[in-house]
Amino acid sequence: MATTITMPQLGETVTEGTVAQWLKKIGDSVEKYEAFVEVSTDKVNAEVPSPVTGTIAEVLVKEGETVATGTPIAVINEAGAPAVSTPPAAEAQVTAPATPAPSTVAPAPPAQTPSSNGSGGTAPLAADAETALRAASPAVRRLAREHHVDIRAVKGTGANGRVTAQDVLGAKQSAPAAAASAPASRPPVSGVPSYGQPIPGMTIPLTQARRIIAERMVESKHSAPHAWSMVQIDVTNVWKWRTREKDRFERETGYKLTLLPFFIRAVIESIAAFPLMNAKFTPEGIYVNADVNIGVAIGLPTNLVVPVIKKADQLSIRGLAIAAGELIDRARKNKLGVDDLAGGTFTVNNNGANGSWASAPIINAGQAGIVTMEAVVKQVVVRDDDSIAIRSMMNSCLSLDHRVVDGYVASGFLADLRRRLEAMGPDGSL
Amino acid sequence: MAVSSTTSTVMNNVEAVRATLYEAMKNDDRTVIIGEDVGPRGNVFLITKDFISEFGAERVIDTPIAEASIVGIAVGMAMEGLRPIAEIQFADFIYPAFNQIVGEAAKTRYRSNGEYTCPLVIRTPYGGGVRGALSHSVCIEALFYHVPGLKIVAPSFPADVKGLLNTSIDDPDPVLFLEHKKTYRLIKGEVPDGHYTIPIGKANVLKAGTQLTVVSYGLYVHWALEAAQQLESEGLSVEVIDLRSIRPMDKTTILASVEKTRKLLIVHEDNKFGGIGAEISAMVAEEALFHLDAPIRRLCAPDVPAMGYALPLEEEYMSSPAEMAEAMREMVKF
Repeated sequence: MATTITMPQLGETVTEGTVAQWLKKIGDSVEKYEAFVEVSTDKVNAEVPSPVTGTIAEVLVKEGETVATGTPIAVINEAGAPAVSTPPAAEAQVTAPATPAPSTVAPAPPAQTPSSNGSGGTAPLAADAETALRAASPAVRRLAREHHVDIRAVKGTGANGRVTAQDVLGAKQSAPAAAASAPASRPPVSGVPSYGQPIPGMTIPLTQARRIIAERMVESKHSAPHAWSMVQIDVTNVWKWRTREKDRFERETGYKLTLLPFFIRAVIESIAAFPLMNAKFTPEGIYVNADVNIGVAIGLPTNLVVPVIKKADQLSIRGLAIAAGELIDRARKNKLGVDDLAGGTFTVNNNGANGSWASAPIINAGQAGIVTMEAVVKQVVVRDDDSIAIRSMMNSCLSLDHRVVDGYVASGFLADLRRRLEAMGPDGSL
Repeated sequence: MAVSSTTSTVMNNVEAVRATLYEAMKNDDRTVIIGEDVGPRGNVFLITKDFISEFGAERVIDTPIAEASIVGIAVGMAMEGLRPIAEIQFADFIYPAFNQIVGEAAKTRYRSNGEYTCPLVIRTPYGGGVRGALSHSVCIEALFYHVPGLKIVAPSFPADVKGLLNTSIDDPDPVLFLEHKKTYRLIKGEVPDGHYTIPIGKANVLKAGTQLTVVSYGLYVHWALEAAQQLESEGLSVEVIDLRSIRPMDKTTILASVEKTRKLLIVHEDNKFGGIGAEISAMVAEEALFHLDAPIRRLCAPDVPAMGYALPLEEEYMSSPAEMAEAMREMVKF
């Protein structure tokens, strides 16, 4: 039988995807879970695994073409079943001629295409699992989303086997989040103006990533009333600690040791003292996140990415340094997966590399705040005992969602962050 | 509740109304009672018995059968500095006064840009289950619920009757004070001595529970409580909220409870369409949809013009603790 594959939704806010590259041609055989097409969305590329074992029968979307999620992109004939046994409904969908894809396939008219037996691009669900999904209440859907639980896999204890909210909460431990497959490199850019090649007097077309960045920034600035505060932190001792450890760390791990992991560690401890900084505004109330997932803002030549260190509160400074190093490395190679970018609860922006001394960052929408590390600058300071000293000083700036927290909490958080960083080093192990 | 005394007296609801009115008459010369049969007859439930001999006919005013006049005169008294407590003998008779309540009392403050207020209490017995038939059984709350500027209070326990009636008398704006007539002598309870108030707009969680929130008011609060206790003995945990005030409504208490139990049943004696339950349902759907693990359910009277006199008709119209318990069971197990 034939299985129609649709454009997957790679992330909650993704509405369309571009076929970057067909990894299989018509007539090629494909194993279940084997990647057969590379899709480019938002900020990442992802390889899409086949839900069945079989042969590629149809390719419905050309490379470089962008279609809405849910649009059929290919048909796979399942192994052991000849194409002629295709059910009539699915057969009706097979309209493109069976010649090599790029030259013949016209833009697909997805809305008019008769649907197949309703299974879409994923493996058909068992009838009872479908029922369970359909009967999922708003609370069940929300809890499943928040805890990454697949409702179809939960045994329901409600009326007629309905999955209840309690069932989802009971199942949340046993369900690990699905991992995105490793993306391949980006398709080459043609001669139109771009961030890499701006041409005065011409408009750079909006890339998906640029459009998303624009939407998120406007959303955040419009919905979250931003307030701003800054502290100056004496990082002399922690800087000494980092300097002492950096060569050995790089030798052992291959990553550079910067001030970032030390700073993130202090942020995590301050969040533990001020959990409201790890919350978000919702119409139902202030939701305080259970996990501390720290987004790290990384500027790339063409766009900004904010990969997330999940459960960062469970990592040591060394663990944070490796996690951050690995994310930065993959960001620069354009190899971040969708999951790398999801789930952040608070963001750190290492803004000082080029000498910035203060900045007013925009909050990542859905979080309570973002804090920056500005440039470390040697300054003459007057200390508490009125002595004068040369110290390494760093400003840290906080933008906060004033709907979630007030200045009282924010200034307490910043003061706590400062205390913790100033107490770090010069001795200690990572 | 600001209670100035630690002693209390057991009263029923009708005694609580009487005691509170008596104190108000005694403590404030501006207080006036006006209505049908409130004078020598002492009110049909004997709430104002002997008031006229103690406070005089100028402060305990008997009126003709003319509800528009009762409320209209009381609105004028209130605007000019008195503290009238108007009585509509049965809620079924309030319709002629609709314009005075909705068109005048509720709009006085707004119309005069705050120069005049209307510190008026309109008391009236409502509700059925007493063989009152077509004209001594109605619930009127939904007819007035839509009106901004009007507060509506419907306490179910004697202590709440006293505290909320005191607050209503003190309130600078009009309050419609609903007394369920079947609870008048049926429900007894400890009432703290001395003056105290209970804020309008604050519900009371009568029984804590984890699997279902039941919101009710009036007579049905008592039945819902009885049903919830029955379920408790079956191992099912139901939270029961007595609204006490219908408008303003205590959204905070309702939402907090629904977010905990994830299920909501609203039980009221008034008919379903456009009733108080409709407003609560809409509010919860707007503000807590993603906490709901079951469709909201309303257990209300059928949409028929009136409660019949014949006992089977009355019983069909009214709910019962058994019917409430069954609805609760179904929702907990959903």
